[in-house]
Amino acid sequence: MFRFLMKGMLRDRHRSLLPSIVVAMGVMLTVFMFTYMKGIFDDFFNNAAMYDSGHVKITSRAYYEEKDVLPNDLALEDGPGMMAMLRSEYPQLNWSERVKFGGLLDAFDENRETRAQVGAGGIGIDFFGADTAERNRWNLGAGLQEGTLPQKPGDIIMGKTLASQMDLKAGDDVTLISSTVNGSMVLNNFHISGIIYFGTPPMDKSMFLADINDVKSMLDMGDWSSEILGYFNTSNYKDLVAIALATEFNAVRSDPNDRFSPQMTPMLDDAGLRDYFGYASKAGSIMSFIMIFAMGIVLWNTGLMGAIRRYGEMGLRLAVGESKGHVYRSLIIESLGVALMGTIIGTIFGLGFSYWLQEVGFDIGSMMGDSQMLIPTIIRARITPTAFYIGFFPGVFATLLGAALSGLRIFKRDTASLFKELES
Amino acid sequence: MRNLLTSFLLLVAIPGFLMAQPDAEEILRKIDKQMVTESAEATATMVITNRRGRETRITSRSWSKGENTSLVEYLSPAREKGVKMLRLEDVLWMYTPQADRVIQISGHMLRQSVSGSDLSYEDMVDNGKLLDLYDAAVVGEDVFMDRPCYVLRLRVKEGVEDVAYAQRKVWVDKKRYLPLKEERYAKNGTTLLKNFEIRSVMKIDDRWYPKEMYFKDVMAKGQGTLYIIDDIKFGVNIPEYMFTKAALRE
Repeated sequence: MFRFLMKGMLRDRHRSLLPSIVVAMGVMLTVFMFTYMKGIFDDFFNNAAMYDSGHVKITSRAYYEEKDVLPNDLALEDGPGMMAMLRSEYPQLNWSERVKFGGLLDAFDENRETRAQVGAGGIGIDFFGADTAERNRWNLGAGLQEGTLPQKPGDIIMGKTLASQMDLKAGDDVTLISSTVNGSMVLNNFHISGIIYFGTPPMDKSMFLADINDVKSMLDMGDWSSEILGYFNTSNYKDLVAIALATEFNAVRSDPNDRFSPQMTPMLDDAGLRDYFGYASKAGSIMSFIMIFAMGIVLWNTGLMGAIRRYGEMGLRLAVGESKGHVYRSLIIESLGVALMGTIIGTIFGLGFSYWLQEVGFDIGSMMGDSQMLIPTIIRARITPTAFYIGFFPGVFATLLGAALSGLRIFKRDTASLFKELES
Repeated sequence: MRNLLTSFLLLVAIPGFLMAQPDAEEILRKIDKQMVTESAEATATMVITNRRGRETRITSRSWSKGENTSLVEYLSPAREKGVKMLRLEDVLWMYTPQADRVIQISGHMLRQSVSGSDLSYEDMVDNGKLLDLYDAAVVGEDVFMDRPCYVLRLRVKEGVEDVAYAQRKVWVDKKRYLPLKEERYAKNGTTLLKNFEIRSVMKIDDRWYPKEMYFKDVMAKGQGTLYIIDDIKFGVNIPEYMFTKAALRE
């Protein structure tokens, strides 16, 4: 029977090729849309974690209250002690210190007179530590446009747009005018070792990266730490784990009556993303559901049409004595074959396009204008294990359901009227 | 008879009152005479208490000539040593030896805190005559730190721009003509920006001059800044080259 069905399917392209193509298209679209949305949301949260909040962040309570104005004068004291404790007691996270600061960048001419001045922001990260993970985390090598990454103290790398705005290039020196933690105005010269494309508009337009020790020295911070960021070693952000960790840490080490005691904050709370995360999760689920549902309707309809188109054939088969159950089963088996073939092909193509978008990406930088959101200018898809089977829901089940529902008509056929139907 | 008596009392009392109450301009003129110097050389200590309750002491030497030319050089702590600020007319230049750069401080930067203190760069170099900048009115009398004071309301004169405080309320010592207390306001006259007090005074020759001044920036969260003049000489001869940009690097 299987051979008979296969022959029939292969000889009648309307029974095999067309439905398979429709199923494959629908499944491909479903898989691609799923990975595309997953990529956008993941990139947004990963960027927020990398640039700003880590998966958890430790600051003093006072710093956290005013974190929007970068109050480095309210930093944690004994940063090295805190780092040692965290590495020993919380080894499941990788810990990095950061100092964020602002100021005026002053480019000067050969007479050391001001040539251009622009407001800019800086982040001090650990470039030279023996066990630093920051270089890899920021993936700076990939974005380097000119020069090198910092090689020695005093070196900085600068966002491409900022450098272009100030007419600076790798090898130039620039002065930063800022304030120490004591409030004194400080002028500090930096050497631009490289120009970098962060791929995030606010970073490219106004940021530079310096070694954290240079920054601490410039801001007269001694061994204070403004922010200590923790990243899960083995995974992306896990909200429930981060909340549990922060609750435990704060219960033991944070004192609500001491403004300068440490406080751990999960990423979603620190970056003010908890509502957005909830919205994004719901929106993602709803969009996936709508996509799957819409594709399900289309593919159900494909199954339905496939069976209805063969209404006459079914009648003939019943008329020559084939049982209704046998006809129905053969219809379902055929449909299953078409659905599986279409779904597998669709999934392969969907994953193929997703892989391309994941690796190459799609540059939307020119459309982002003056966006201040920490989202990348290159949109990338993200292939997850779910992407390998999500297409089977609309591809197989909807197609089968369509065929099964339309096939029910078989049982309602009256054998006595079959010849009349055939004659007409 | 009663009318005659009333008229007599008025004739006697009004001139007496007017004599006892100098007009506001006259008070400003006397304040300027005490506070504005033709030339001076001073050593001062600024005691800054930050919002962690920690104290920083910055010593400086300053030279001034006329109302619009002055130079300040930091002597300590080590991190600040050698930093210089030069005011030439309306322009303020800053030099730091660490960066070996001379930077013009202008616009909103002039309103920034000097070394984390409650003084802004504008406060630091301010030596202008109140009489040239403000219209004044006597609005009452009060006692501050056991000294009888006139209370003046100052409003910036029409056409005068680039004044740090558009309005001031000043408690002026009736005898020494020093502004013992000030509330310095923004343009709207209701937003208080800074409080200022003279906490002790000294007499040099026949001039009363502040010895200890207290500044509190209302917006800042620190505990205020004490500015102590350790030593001051008036009428000194200061070479012109000191007030040049080139001299900042020396």
